[in-house]
Amino acid sequence: MTDHALTPTSHPLAPFPPPQQVPRQRLALSHARALWGALFGTPVNTAITLACVAALAVSLPPLVRWAILDAVWSGPAERCAAGEGACWAFIGEKLRYILLGFYDQDRQWRPLAATLILLGLAGMSAAPLFWRRATLGVWLAGLTVALLLLSGLPDGPPVPTERWSGLPVNLLLTTIGMIGAFPLAVLLALARRSRMGGIRSLAVLFIEVTRGVPLIAVLYVATLLVPLMLPSGLAIDKLLRAQIAIILFVSAYLAEIIRAGLQAIPDGQYEAARALGLTYWGTMRLVILPQALRTVIPSIVNLAIGLFQDTTLIVVIGLFDVLNTARNAAKDPAWLGFYTEAFGFAALIYLTVCVLASRYSLWLEARLRRVER
Amino acid sequence: MRGLSQSSPPPRPTSPTNAKGLTPRLLIAGALSLALGLALTGAAKAGPTLDAIKARGTIKVGVGTQPGFFSPDSNGRWQGFFVDFGRALSIAVFNDPDKVQFIASSPQQRLPSLQSGEFDILLSGVTQTFTRATKLGFHFGPVVFYDGQGLLVPKKLGVTKGKELNGATVCVQTGTTGELNITDFFRQNKITFKPVVIEETAENQKAFASGRCDVLTQDSSDLAITRTLLPKPDDYVLLPERISKEPLAPAIRYGDDQWLEIVNWVVNATIQAEEFGITQANVDSFLTSNDPGIRRFLGVDPSLGEAAKLDPKFIHTIIKTVGNYGEIFDRHVGPKTKVGLERGHNALWTQGGLLYAPPFR
Repeated sequence: MTDHALTPTSHPLAPFPPPQQVPRQRLALSHARALWGALFGTPVNTAITLACVAALAVSLPPLVRWAILDAVWSGPAERCAAGEGACWAFIGEKLRYILLGFYDQDRQWRPLAATLILLGLAGMSAAPLFWRRATLGVWLAGLTVALLLLSGLPDGPPVPTERWSGLPVNLLLTTIGMIGAFPLAVLLALARRSRMGGIRSLAVLFIEVTRGVPLIAVLYVATLLVPLMLPSGLAIDKLLRAQIAIILFVSAYLAEIIRAGLQAIPDGQYEAARALGLTYWGTMRLVILPQALRTVIPSIVNLAIGLFQDTTLIVVIGLFDVLNTARNAAKDPAWLGFYTEAFGFAALIYLTVCVLASRYSLWLEARLRRVER
Repeated sequence: MRGLSQSSPPPRPTSPTNAKGLTPRLLIAGALSLALGLALTGAAKAGPTLDAIKARGTIKVGVGTQPGFFSPDSNGRWQGFFVDFGRALSIAVFNDPDKVQFIASSPQQRLPSLQSGEFDILLSGVTQTFTRATKLGFHFGPVVFYDGQGLLVPKKLGVTKGKELNGATVCVQTGTTGELNITDFFRQNKITFKPVVIEETAENQKAFASGRCDVLTQDSSDLAITRTLLPKPDDYVLLPERISKEPLAPAIRYGDDQWLEIVNWVVNATIQAEEFGITQANVDSFLTSNDPGIRRFLGVDPSLGEAAKLDPKFIHTIIKTVGNYGEIFDRHVGPKTKVGLERGHNALWTQGGLLYAPPFR
C-alpha cells in the first residue's frame, strides 16, 4: 500500500508508459536513480532510511538466531525445552491440528480438498479472463462441492459443523460471506439511491446501523440472542448463524462501496440508456452496474482481505478458526507453552494470503487504469 | 361439637359469575398440583434434556480451554480432566465413551449458551454459586474440582505459609475477585502487603517472572500452569493456602431430574471407586468379590442399574475406560504431569480431602 502511495503516476516506476518503449539500459539506470531518490533523496528520507537500518541491525540478528540458528526442527517437546531457539518441531507435530482442527483424522482429505477448491476458486476469479457470467456457475458448483466435502456427505456419516475447524473455516466464511453479501449489497446500494423514500430510508437505516456496530457485537447477537428468540425445538447451527451474521455485516460495507461506483457513472449513461428505451432494471443490469462494479473491484478486494482477517473473530463464539487452533495447540500439556511459535505460524498464514491479495489488488488497479485508457 | 357446628354459618355458594370465572383456573391448578404430586411420588422422570440427548445420539458438553483440564491433542481429540467426566457420562447413557461432542466456549458466553440449549451440560470449570443455582436456573452436580485462589512465591524467599508474607509485594489483576480476596486475606492475618495491580494476565505473569513482585495470586489451577511456563519452574512454589472457595461443578439447566441424577452418580461413582480401591487395572478382579456393596457397585448385582434405568454394568465400564477419580486427576493434572497439582482438597475424605460420595445402595 505504502509504496503505491509513494509512487506518483508520472514516476518512471509506474507501469505507464509501457516499459517496452524504454531502452533496457536506461530503464535500469532510472530504477537505480529512483531507488536512491526514495532512500536518500531528502534529509527526511535519509533519516528514515538510517533509522530503519539501525532497527534492523538491532532486531534481525536475535531473530535469525532464535528462528533459524538455534531452532529445534524435529524431535520431542523435551528437546525443544532444552534448546534456546524456536521449536519448529512443535509446528511439525501440530500442523495437521492447526490447519484442520477437530476434523476426523481418517477423513482429512475432505477438508484439504475443500481448502484447495476454495483457494482455486479465488485464484480463478482473480484472472480477468474469468470475469463472465459462467464463472458464477462454477463458483456455485465449487462451493457446493466444498460444503459437501466438509459435511462428510454423501458417502459416510455426516460431520457436525462443531468439528469443522482451522483454515477451511476461514476460507469458507470469507468466500460465502462475500458471495452471499453481493446480491444483497447491490440491492441495498440501488435502494439507497432510489427515488422511493420508504425504500431509501430502510436501506439507509440498515446500512448505518450495521456499520455502526462492531462485528463482534453482531456475532454475539447471532450466538447468544438469536437462539433465545427462536421457538424451542428449533435450533440453527452455530456456524450457520455466524455465517449469516457475517453476510449481513459485509453487505452493508459492500453496499457503500458499490454506491460509490454507482455515483462515479456520469448521468449521460443513464440518459442514453433511457433514450434507448431500457427499463430501470435493464438500465442497471446492462449499462450501469457493469461499469460501476468494474471501477470498484480494487475496493472489493480490499474488503475481502479485511473480511478474511475478521473471520478470526469467531473465536469469541467458540468456533475454531486457524488462529484459535494454533493457540490451542500450545495448550496441549505434552507441548505446553509454545505460544510464540504457534502465533508466528498463524501470522505467516495470514501474511501470505494478505500479501498475495494486496499485491493482486495493486496489479488490478494498474490494469484497470490501462483499460480505461 | 354440635354447638360449634351450629354456630358456624352454612357454606354459601359463590355467586354464579364468580364460579364461572374461577372454574377453568381451578381446574388448571388442580391438574397442576395433581401432576406435581405424581411427579413427587413417582420416580424421577426423563426430561427434555435426556430425551434430546437420546434422540440426537450424542451428549453436547460445553468445555473451556486450559491445559490439563481441557485441551485438544495433536489428533484434534479433546483430552483433560473435565473431558474424562464427559466421556464417563457418555458411557452411562450410551455405553460408549465417544458419543459425546465437546464444544468449546468462552467464559463470557458459556452460561447463556447453556441456557439457550447449546449444551446439555457445562463441564468447563464453572464455580457453583448461590445466584447461579437460583436466579440463573442451573442445577449443579457434585463438585469435581475444589479450586481456590492460591499464592505463588519464589523458593528463595524461604516462605512456607501465607501468613509469613508480611510486607510482601503482590502481583494481582485489577477488577477481579482476586484483588478483594487478597486484601481480605492480609487484613484477616493482620499483616501488610503492597499490591502491584496489572490488568493483563500475561503482563501480570511477566511482572512476577521479572521479580517486580514477591507473590503472584490467581486461581491455583491457573497458577500451577503459570509456574510451568516460567523460565525456571523449580525455583517457585505454590503455597498450601487457598484464600477463596472456587468449587467447580458440572452445571445443567433446570427441568430434567433424571439427567441431574445421572450426572450426580457418575461423578460419585468415580469417587466411590477410588474409596473402594478399584482402578482401571484391577476393576475386573473385583467382579468376583463377595462384598455385597462392591457387587452392587459394579453391577454384578444389577439392582442399581435397574433403578437408574441404565446399563447395570455402567460403573464397571466407566472405571475400565477412564479410571477412578484419582486416576483421572493424576493422568491430567496430577504431580507427574506438567500441570503438577497436588491433590489438596481434592483428596478423599479418608485422606484429609473433601471428596465424599454418598452410599451406593
